[in-house]
Amino acid sequence: MNKDTQIIDKAISQEYEYGFTTNIQQETIPPGLSENVIRLISSKKNEPKWLLDWRLKAYQKWLKMEEPDWSKLNYSKIDFQSISYYAAPKPKEKLSSLDEVDPELLDTYNKLGIPLEEQKMLANVAVDAVFDSVSVTTTFKEELEKHGVIFCSFSEAVKNHPNIVKKYLGSVVPTTDNYFAALNAAVFSDGSFVFIPKNVRCPMELSTYFRINAENTGQFERTLIIAEEGSHVSYLEGCTAPMRDENQLHAAVVELVAHKNSEIKYSTVQNWYPGDPKTGKGGIYNFVTKRGTCLGDNSKISWTQVETGSALTWKYPSCILKGDNSTGEFYSVALSNNFQQADTGTKMIHLGKNTKSTIISKGISAGKGQNTYRGGVKILKGAENARNYSQCDSILIGDECGAHTFPYIDVRNPSAQMEHEASTSRIGEDQLFYCNQRGISTEDAVSMIVNGFCKEVFNELPMEFAVEAQKLMEVSLEGSVG
Amino acid sequence: MLEIKNLHAGIDGKTILNGIDLTIKPGELHAIMGRNGSGKSTLANIITGRENYEVSSGTVNFNGDNILDISPENRALNGIFMSFQYPVVIPGVNNTYFLRAALNSKLKHNGLKEVNAADFMRLIREKLKLVEMDEKYLSRAVNDGFSGGEKKKNEILQMLTLEPQLSILDETDSGLDIDALKIVAEGVNNFRNKERSFLAITHYQRLLDYMKPDYVHVLIDGKIVKSGDMTLAHELEEKGYSWLEA
Repeated sequence: MNKDTQIIDKAISQEYEYGFTTNIQQETIPPGLSENVIRLISSKKNEPKWLLDWRLKAYQKWLKMEEPDWSKLNYSKIDFQSISYYAAPKPKEKLSSLDEVDPELLDTYNKLGIPLEEQKMLANVAVDAVFDSVSVTTTFKEELEKHGVIFCSFSEAVKNHPNIVKKYLGSVVPTTDNYFAALNAAVFSDGSFVFIPKNVRCPMELSTYFRINAENTGQFERTLIIAEEGSHVSYLEGCTAPMRDENQLHAAVVELVAHKNSEIKYSTVQNWYPGDPKTGKGGIYNFVTKRGTCLGDNSKISWTQVETGSALTWKYPSCILKGDNSTGEFYSVALSNNFQQADTGTKMIHLGKNTKSTIISKGISAGKGQNTYRGGVKILKGAENARNYSQCDSILIGDECGAHTFPYIDVRNPSAQMEHEASTSRIGEDQLFYCNQRGISTEDAVSMIVNGFCKEVFNELPMEFAVEAQKLMEVSLEGSVG
Repeated sequence: MLEIKNLHAGIDGKTILNGIDLTIKPGELHAIMGRNGSGKSTLANIITGRENYEVSSGTVNFNGDNILDISPENRALNGIFMSFQYPVVIPGVNNTYFLRAALNSKLKHNGLKEVNAADFMRLIREKLKLVEMDEKYLSRAVNDGFSGGEKKKNEILQMLTLEPQLSILDETDSGLDIDALKIVAEGVNNFRNKERSFLAITHYQRLLDYMKPDYVHVLIDGKIVKSGDMTLAHELEEKGYSWLEA
């Protein structure tokens, strides 16, 4: 395996390709967290009193909570007082078209290969560009408005649709849910808001590109998606981050609400700075709480994630299957290379009758990467004829990495049908030699094998996202994934 | 085409080949027969460049160039193909995709235009008929869930598609029933011409009855102890190997 080891070493030394920063003037508040900071954030955003109170309540609860330490993640404690909790691009005049957007920002997107213009024309994707903490521009708004779809920044939603926000905010992920969710509730900066009215099929994929841009600034996004009865929406979230040296905390919260006969598909491609490849220094700490409730009968929520970045990933997109015949799905690819650590999985909580959940998790470990699948399936008493299928596969590249699987199953109704499959494999010398013997280089062979391994998940991504996902996988494992 | 001189080689510090001399000219089919552990597969692995095999002395030339320092993929690209004794399963990788990637890699190496998916499908369907394989195997993952016979047919299918100059058939007859054996042998026979060479490694004469080798070599303890024609294979079938042992 000497040659393979070299190639993997080359992969390990691969520089983070998207490591550039954009010089846009920033307005940042000094580091530190206190009630005053929360008041300041709230006032900067001209928030109503109920929201400030909600934040303060969350903050009080957070103060009494303890940082969780049950994951397999190893990191030194975060100093929450060293983080700045708000950064906004200097306010500018309201923009009516893309032409008015800061050319440097557009350039950033171009570097990432996701030019807004092109997407607008070719991919039929509306992009709500969340640049750091404040939304700068929203495209396709008019087209969406025609269908009654609301797709805007969270701040705008608070301003323009306060009753909907008030009704659903914290209804899926309560402020007390966990340490990081409580922190998010206290200090969240901005995010996206989506509302799909009754019987509307959203005419396009909704897409948000997140980007962490300010030095020393935590990123606390909050997303809320509501699908009314009989509606359908597909939401894409993707991100890359500039290179930097100190750890950046990211604690986002995403809440999904699916009413009767509705469907929400939520796809993520995550490629934040994973830290220095040689030392593991720096890199994003990604503590995310994502949860959806299938509130109505026959509703469906589907999570698809491709996690290739971050130094730490702590993320368990979950479904609460409340409505009868509702469906929850989780498709995940998590890659840990070099010193990356990922502890990710899902929770499927079955409450309604004939509820169904599917979990497909693919973990890839390379370098010194540690990859953990942690999943919980809970069938509660009233969930007659609930069904779950779980499949957790891990693949190892090299001999210094690790893969761990923790499936928790709790069944309280005897009519439940549970299936669990798990496998761990290594990209073998025999597979690589077989490919070499057919004239395929080791780099291409590893790429082919890893992409083959991930195929079930990539198939769930919208077309243009699947291409990007493969691209990110290649960058993340370049050398071994050619 | 292939010229092996005084080859000593082994694995994990253990010497397996003790001075092999073998010359294969264009158009020839050579058979190497021998018991388990005689060094047959080691020879195939050395020629194709598998890692961890060590050559202590001797040379292996292909088309006049010493290939021992060349990477396995470059040997393949230069025209050396091996039909594996145990074809490797690659889960999730589509068989057609794999084969097209291999062919395009070769076309690119030769400075030729790569073949697109539609043209490749036409090409592969033709080749598929030659080995009487069902089209369903094209859409499966490489060798995943294939029977022993289908795996070997898939190897021959790859050979027919990649059109190598030298094909090493490592125990291609093992695990085949008589029908599959005939199909595989037929596939090889139709592929033979005066440019292409073959090295068939086998325990039994069965395969050779169909392929009619130009030369038969007997390998014992890492040395070719006797060479001859098809009559030697028949002789071995009758008498076994012991009469050749020192």
